[in-house]
Amino acid sequence: MGHGFSTLLYKEVLRFWKVGSQTVAAPVLTALLYLLIFSHVLEGHVKVHGVIYTAFLIPGLVMMSVLQNAFANSSSSLIQSKVTGNIVFVLLPPISYLEFFAAYVLASVVRGFVVGAGVLLATFWFAPLTFAEPWWILIFALMGGAILGSLGVIAGIWADKFDQLAAFQNFLIMPLTFLSGVFYSINSLPPFWQEVSHWNPVFYMIDGFRHGFFGVSDASPWLSLSVVGSCLAVLTLFTLNLLKRGYKLRA
Amino acid sequence: MSAAIRIQQVSKCFGSTQALDAIDLEVRPGEFFGLLGPNGAGKTTLISALAGLVRADFGKLSVMGHDVQADYREARRHLGVVPQELVFDPFFTVRESLKIQSGYFGIRDNDSWIDEILENLGLTSKANANMRMLSGGMKRRVLVAQALVHRPPVIVLDEPTAGVDVELRQTLWHFIRRLNEAGHTIVLTTHYLEEAENLCTRIAMLKAGRVVALDTTANLLRRFSVHTLRLRTRQAIPPELTHGAAENGGWWSLPFDRFDEVEPLLAKIRAAGCVIDDLEIGKPDLEEVFVRVMQGQAN
Ligand SMILES: Nc1ncnc2c1ncn2[C@@H]1O[C@H](COP(=O)(O)OP(=O)(O)OP(=O)(O)O)[C@@H](O)[C@H]1O
Ligand SMILES: [Mg+2]
Repeated sequence: MGHGFSTLLYKEVLRFWKVGSQTVAAPVLTALLYLLIFSHVLEGHVKVHGVIYTAFLIPGLVMMSVLQNAFANSSSSLIQSKVTGNIVFVLLPPISYLEFFAAYVLASVVRGFVVGAGVLLATFWFAPLTFAEPWWILIFALMGGAILGSLGVIAGIWADKFDQLAAFQNFLIMPLTFLSGVFYSINSLPPFWQEVSHWNPVFYMIDGFRHGFFGVSDASPWLSLSVVGSCLAVLTLFTLNLLKRGYKLRA
Repeated sequence: MSAAIRIQQVSKCFGSTQALDAIDLEVRPGEFFGLLGPNGAGKTTLISALAGLVRADFGKLSVMGHDVQADYREARRHLGVVPQELVFDPFFTVRESLKIQSGYFGIRDNDSWIDEILENLGLTSKANANMRMLSGGMKRRVLVAQALVHRPPVIVLDEPTAGVDVELRQTLWHFIRRLNEAGHTIVLTTHYLEEAENLCTRIAMLKAGRVVALDTTANLLRRFSVHTLRLRTRQAIPPELTHGAAENGGWWSLPFDRFDEVEPLLAKIRAAGCVIDDLEIGKPDLEEVFVRVMQGQAN
């Protein structure tokens, strides 16, 4: 990875940082509102894995923010560059498709981490949190962010217009993240929905991430690691192939 | 490696539109080359294929001996392209844009060259202005600057003076000429044929994806265009002297090939009893050549 890669990474990070009120502050506020509302409604009624509900909810909200913002970063950057035409600035230089991929995905991970850290800072006052096995926290945040950053690259390249990107977000990303156990343990679901949840890769990202905090989870963190790792590998290969072919970027 | 740009049998279709049709073209190092043609002729597509923005269906392209597909890194390092569309990144200032663009080409400390480019394009006072705040002409200058950050030996400008004021045109051509004198190869597309005539040493004309004329500017002017003697007279010139040229508002346009034909012609006209009130000599111009070439290939 050369200087072209690090410059593209720097530019992508600078891009979201310059509009931090939209890209960082707003999602932190949204997560905080979720916490206030859900914990107000459910606190005292529900315990999950022996953990009080608000404490259970916080890692879910953190991870959801990581994932949604990682997706938003690469997808919105790419579609904006395509629509305004300034994508040529990164297509003309000698940047390889591997460098291109790595820069966009890593910038997405950085945005996810910044927002995730913000959500954690804003919410951890509300409940006693533990950090039982912190390595899992890092690993799942990193891999989850990379997966959604990669999906964002795919969506940003595929979409020609902003509403196509919005459709991708509303009909795929949102349902997958909301139906993944952010707000509940899937063990509390009816058997059919438990089964469905086990087919949702986002469930494993959130479950594994949460395991890092409490040391308990719905699935084994090793199972989650292998599911999430496989998804990342497949998506990486798929995205690299699109970029190598110049799909929609080089006519 | 003798060519700065080599284009061999390059074809490209967009759906049913044949944008490029077996183009063969070579630009030599140090040339100031003009690429002309009507709207939709394929100029931008050809430039895009050279820059790797478009993939040719057939054929080969290379920049300074580097194939644009197989050896794309080297090819792109040697090429600077000013795109036709006025694009910019609204998140950054002029200087940030140029530093970032330098970084993409692997260049870390480029400040002194960036300052020089800014100075030469009259952008110094705008260096810290956000791109969004610039006028169209200023954005166009930045686009030129971005193409030059990596000191490319081959510089391609796709209609750099569209919608640009006189001052920038002069600054721009002054700067580009200096780069050309310093050894950079320049390829220019423009619809201002006077500009091409003054700047380019060799010209290719494209029509519907084909090269329909390719020669030095001087040869093209000689080949397709003639001098005219324009006269305003009080009396009609006898038809045997006008060779069928029509009169228009008292003016007669008489074509001639060599200057030594002029004196005898004027003498004959005077001898025929015509009093000459006004006289002009029209030089051959590229516009006429262009129109003739395009018409000649109409069917
Ligand atoms: N991405 C594209 N998709 C479909 N058709 C295209 C595309 N790009 C160019 N074309 C078509 O290819 C032909 C050549 O276009 P091109 O932009 O190369 O012309 P040009 O010579 O640059 O014209 P102008 O002087 O107007 O800039 C046109 O018919 C154009 O409509
Ligand atoms: Mg064009």
